Amino acid sequence: MQSLTNRSKLVVNKKMTFWERIYLPAIFGGMRITLRHFFKKNKTVNYPEVKRPFSPVYRGMHVLKRDENGAERCTACGLCAVACPAEAISMVAAERKPDQAHLYREEKYAATYEINMLRCIFCGLCEEACPKEAIFLTDRIVPASLEREEFIYGKEKLVEPVDQRIDISLRQIKSYPQ
Amino acid sequence: MVKVKIDGFEIEVEPGSTILQAARKIGGDIVPPAMCYYSSLKGSGGKCRTCLVKVAKSSEKDPRPMPKLVASCSTPVQDGMEVENITNPGVLEARKAVVEFLLINHPLDCPVCDQAGECKLQDLAFEHGSSLTRYEEERRTFDKIDIGPYIQLHMNRCILCYRCVYTADQLTDGRVHGVLNRGDAAEIGTYIENSIENDMSGNMIDVCPVGALTDKTFRFKSRVWFLNPMDAHRDCDCCSGKATVWMFGNEIYRVTARKDEYGEVAEFICNTCRFEKKDTADWVIEGPRHIERTSVISQNHYEKTAGDVPGTMQDN
Repeated sequence: MQSLTNRSKLVVNKKMTFWERIYLPAIFGGMRITLRHFFKKNKTVNYPEVKRPFSPVYRGMHVLKRDENGAERCTACGLCAVACPAEAISMVAAERKPDQAHLYREEKYAATYEINMLRCIFCGLCEEACPKEAIFLTDRIVPASLEREEFIYGKEKLVEPVDQRIDISLRQIKSYPQ
Repeated sequence: MVKVKIDGFEIEVEPGSTILQAARKIGGDIVPPAMCYYSSLKGSGGKCRTCLVKVAKSSEKDPRPMPKLVASCSTPVQDGMEVENITNPGVLEARKAVVEFLLINHPLDCPVCDQAGECKLQDLAFEHGSSLTRYEEERRTFDKIDIGPYIQLHMNRCILCYRCVYTADQLTDGRVHGVLNRGDAAEIGTYIENSIENDMSGNMIDVCPVGALTDKTFRFKSRVWFLNPMDAHRDCDCCSGKATVWMFGNEIYRVTARKDEYGEVAEFICNTCRFEKKDTADWVIEGPRHIERTSVISQNHYEKTAGDVPGTMQDN
């Protein structure tokens, strides 16, 4: 029968020669390659101490941004949740009280905002859907954990602290022409 | 019966009916959009100008075209009339300009607005408008006024279609709200801190094409596309009791009247049904309401149970 790729090989049970039968040359050959790697530069880094530089478009853990006055930008419009293909986002909205104007930018805000990091596929569609430039994916990594509950990130983990802003300016550079 | 031709489709309608009614009889893409016309409210229409069409031939006796675009909701048909809607690029261009005008003072706070997802102005802007604004001046804003315990008024979003005024006139006795002032300062109001409490007043929420009048009991509770609209009915003394309940799991978040394909309510419901009956035990649920696939509300909305779809369950 004509082979499809012409790469098939006929299996033959060839009898080994004496040198092949004693195995030692093959073993020493392998050891030589291993030994050579001892003196080469390491390809890995010691992760928590040393970190590799990430691409500016790397999509890691989310952040909920605050505006320049420190008020939360998210208005709980639900567009990120409806865009999310993994259905990882859920939220409950609430109405802002008159004395909370410095906390929330809009009349409506997210009373709870949760992302299930086990469901999240880090596609970035939430960031694209957000009309208020509130949610961004950053170059931070979601830490591992032994408990499933710890992967449900609420507002306390997602909203950036007022005094430690998370820089997302590199992500906002748009390369497409206006 | 008179014969009219709309975008090449011919139909016979009763004399005295309008171009819009004739177009709705044909149905499909050629129906002009309408923001202020409401078929069950007498006197509505002629205000928003989104339903403008070109009359290429006035009638059999007078075949001249009408000199300007006409509002199809308030222009009666004549025998032999030929109308161009989506086949005329001038009509589409004019409609785009009308949308731009309607959006000049609209705050575009859709992320906050409860109407988002079922808003006629959103649909209209998506279909006909452009995504950029040329308006640089400050938008018109109004002070917030309280018009009662059930209805939330956001005057900033209002497009002054007058539908709620006609609803209050024709459905309730003793209208307490109306359009105050003129021109740029025109606003919906109750003049002296009056509260709208008539038993049918909740229908103003359903007729409002934008988010100017919204349900206070549903305010910021959820977004419409997370809810599941179900047809339901109950025995009611003052209305038909036929409504749509919007559910999240087994909870009823809000109740609205049933709307047809043009967003118009066929049977108005009373305030008791709308605002007070939010327990599942109050309603007999008939089944999922039909939602167009193009609507965001059809997200996670299934109109057939597993048994109805062949191959998903064993047939009994």
